[in-house]
Formats: sequence, structure tokens, C-alpha cells
Amino acid sequence: MSSTWMTTRAWLLMLPLLVIMIAVIGWPMIDTVRLSFTDAKLVGTGGSFVGIDNYVKMLSSSNFQRALYATTWFAVVSVAAEMVIGVLAALLLNQQFYGRAVLRALLILPWALPTVVNATLWRLIYNPEYGALNSALTQIGLLDSYRSWLGEPGTAMTALIVADCWKNFPLVAFIALAALQAVPRDITAASLVDGAGPFNRFRFVILPYLAGPLMVALVLRTIEAFKVFDIIWVMTRGGPANSTRTLSILVYQEAFSFQRAGSGASLALVVTLIVTVLAVGYGMLVRRTAGSAT
Amino acid sequence: MERRSLLASILIHGAALLLAAVILAPIFWLFVMSISPAADLVARPLKWWPSEMDFSRYATLLSTIPNSAGAAFVASLVNSILVAGMATIAAIVLAVPAGWAVSRTPSIGWSLSLVIATYMLPPVALAVPLYMALATFGLLNSVFGLALVYLSILAPFTTWLMKSGFDGIPREIEQAAMIDGASLFATLRIVTLPLAMPIVATSALFAFLLGWDEFFYALLFTSDQRARTLTVAIADLAGGRVSDYGLIATAGVLAALPPVLVGLIMQRALISGLTSGGVKG
Repeated sequence: MSSTWMTTRAWLLMLPLLVIMIAVIGWPMIDTVRLSFTDAKLVGTGGSFVGIDNYVKMLSSSNFQRALYATTWFAVVSVAAEMVIGVLAALLLNQQFYGRAVLRALLILPWALPTVVNATLWRLIYNPEYGALNSALTQIGLLDSYRSWLGEPGTAMTALIVADCWKNFPLVAFIALAALQAVPRDITAASLVDGAGPFNRFRFVILPYLAGPLMVALVLRTIEAFKVFDIIWVMTRGGPANSTRTLSILVYQEAFSFQRAGSGASLALVVTLIVTVLAVGYGMLVRRTAGSAT
Repeated sequence: MERRSLLASILIHGAALLLAAVILAPIFWLFVMSISPAADLVARPLKWWPSEMDFSRYATLLSTIPNSAGAAFVASLVNSILVAGMATIAAIVLAVPAGWAVSRTPSIGWSLSLVIATYMLPPVALAVPLYMALATFGLLNSVFGLALVYLSILAPFTTWLMKSGFDGIPREIEQAAMIDGASLFATLRIVTLPLAMPIVATSALFAFLLGWDEFFYALLFTSDQRARTLTVAIADLAGGRVSDYGLIATAGVLAALPPVLVGLIMQRALISGLTSGGVKG
């Protein structure tokens, strides 16, 4: 069989997938670019060309700057916490103890819980009048009077981050655990013979094996965190006083609540650009870590 | 294995107990709320264990009496199954040939990489044109329209899984069948697909759960019982003026049940799927 025919046949088999992908991803993406240069409304006929007005207006607005700050804060803090807790959990699960298999099975629970259910659950826990957190903290004497954890700008973001971490640290733990189990036994044994303490053993013997996979986890989690919408929408809708309004929430409000499709599209593209730059930058970093680890 | 001191052993078991408590406490509390009498849930301090177990909310939500809270919940449950189910079937139909093609013809692999790279696009970047297009075709608030949109999430994912699966099936088996005179499609049907069935099943299960969890598009593109999915119904309950927190918790338990059961039963496949990208990459 000629290789041209093989390639043609392969393309033919790919064709249905590609057609659908162009319909539900490629074309909408291009149309978002077009819309971003217009003053189109969500409903009604399509708007006229306004050049880069939308971008200028959006990028200079304090709403955008605050949302960018909120998104970055959410992404950096929640991903950092997930990485640390995830690696610690993996190091624990790599030890031998009673119930290890059970604990590993339990770890899948937060991750399997639908995001909306997780958000709803934590919303109930943080409830200002009857929430479990208020009750528990008061009962053990850490809190004098009930607080509105999601209703105060000072605590809402932290409360969201805790809920997000609880759901997502298991993913990091699973990736780190798989990497730990790939560390050859004789290397750790040799480092013991050479007298390396636990910290040095982690830093110089185990970490090189973890670096590559952890970078991948970091990329995946950071991209997800920058796109965050569901958990925030269910728990705070961006409030209170817009303190948890991330970029995706802002785009939603602009395009769908205020029905300004044009400026919403320009904002959406800025978000896309940020995520793309992050992903590409990280991708280069991953390649370098993978290269140096081996 | 290094011999541990008693202290190290105590520390490790203590940490394990702490981790188990952190994982279990919120989930356990969700279940307790669902079976606590309403009065227990507004007590100060809270009753951490129900004064009497009350499973009636499960019956309430799963009842189909017209115009009851249950009817709305059951409708959204059915919608979720329909949307996730249709999108899963379509995604598998697209993914099997595409995954095989990329697996056997690496020179076109870049096209799959491109498809997978769309994962990083935020859904908000596609939402406005999709909304307008669905409106034009009368597919807003329709399970078909929503299922079509879900393909943007499910199809890249299943194709990638199928491609990895086909990579594990030696092409020599296919070549042997072809030398014996079988046509390409006969070979795929008789030789390759039966071998790939476990991967098809795993991919379909994961794809279904992805659709089951989806919230953003469902929130945008559905407006009432005709297409509203479970995630949107629960978010409505959580954000609405429902006075019985136990009912919200019950809806949460019911929505979480399928993915949690699948997660527990399939953990081996799930974890290897999750981590293969990480460890090999």
C-alpha cells in the first residue's frame, strides 16, 4: 500500500471529527474575534465595526484590572496550595501503613464530586447562620460569633480557594504518587547508605523524578484555575462587592447579563490570550525540566 | 525498605488519619444534612448527628408528581442523562476512526495535537457565537443543541484516549488479518475493535461523567425543564430561597452518586489515565 493512500485514508477517518471541531470550536473562535471589533448586542442584528474600541475600553477599565488581579490571586494561591498539599499527600501514601489502600481510594472522592456539588456543599458549610464551619469553630472556642464567610470581601476569596483546593489537590497527589512509585528502590537505598537525611533525600534524590510530572500538573491546574467559573458562580457569583469576580465571571456578565456581545468577546479574547501565553510558556518550561531530569 | 522508628510510625499514621478526616468530613456532612430533620439543620450549635434519620427527601426529589419539586428534579436528571449520553455516543463515533487513524499514521498526529490544544481555550471565548448560532437554529434550551456543544469538550478527550488505546494494540495483528485477505473495515471490525472494546468503554464512561459535570454551557444555553441539566438545577437550589438545606444536600448526594461510584469502582483505570500524561510527558 502506498504511503500517500495511507495518509489520505487517515485524513478521511479524521474528517468527521475535524468537521465537528471546526463547527463547535474553530468557527466560534473566529467569530469571537470578529465580534470583538463590533458593538454587537447578544440579540438582534449584528452591530457595526468599531475598530479596537472594545479593547481600549475593556483593558483600561478598573473592572478588568480588578478581575485580572482576582483571577491571578485565585490561580496562584489555589494552585500553589494544591501542589504542596498534593505532594505531601503523595509522600504519605508512598509510605507503608495500615489502611493505605483505603486512603488512596478515598482520595478519589473529592476529585470525583461534580464541581457544582462541591461548590454547593461548601456554600452550605460556610452558611452565615447555620453553617457547619461557624458551628464547629464556635463549639471549639475559636470563634465568638457567627461570620458570613462568603459575604465579607475579606474572607470570600480565601473561602473559595479552600473549597477549590479540597477538590483539586487529589489530582496533584495522584500524579505525584505515580512519579514517586517510578523512583528506583536502589537509588533511595544508596542515598541512605551514603547517609543522606530525609530532607536531602527528597531534594536531591526524589525531586528530580517528581519535577517533570509536577510541571505537567502545574500546567493543567494553572490553566484550569485561570478559566475558573463554576465554583465561583455557585458560591458567590463574583461577590461580595465584586471581590471574587474573576475574568470568566466578568465576561459572562458583560456578554450575557448586559448582553454586550462585542465588548464581551474582546474581553474573552484577552482571557484566551493570557491562558495561551501561560500554556506556551509553561510548555517550554516542561520541555526543559523533562530534558534536565533525565 | 528503611526500618522506621516508633515515632515515625506514629507520625505517619497520624498524618494518614488527618488526611482521611479532611477528605471525609465534608462528604460525610453532605450526607448527614440530607438525612437530618430540617430542625436539626437550623439548630445552634448544629446537631452533628441526626436526631432521627429522615430519608424522605430522597423520595421527595425522586417523585414524579406533576409540578412538585421532585418533578423538576427528575426532569433535570433525565436531561442530564440525555445530554451527556447523546454527546458521549457522538464523541465515541467520532473518536474511534480518528483515534485509529492517528495511531496508525503518526504523520497526521499534529492534527490531533491541535484538537487537544483547544482544551486550554476558556469556554467564555466560544460562548457568544455558540449562543447566537444555537438561537438561529432554534437549538437554545434543547438537549440536542447542548449535546452538540458538549462535543467541543468530549470529542478531543475521547479521541486522545482512543489514540492511546490503539497505540497499545500491535498493528502486526491487523497486518496478519489483511494478509489473510480481510479488507480494512473487516479487519477493524473483527480484529481491532473487539480488542479495543475495554478502551471504548472506559472512554465512554469518562466522557459521560465530563458531560454530567458540565455547568457553564448548560447555564447559558438552557432556561427551563425542557433542557435544564442537573448541575444547573442544583446551582439554582443552592442560590435560591430554598429554606430546607437538607433538600439541597440531597440533590447534591444524588448528583454526586454516579461519578463517585464510577470513581471508586474504576479507580485503577482512572488513576492510570490521569497520570500517564504526567509521568510519560
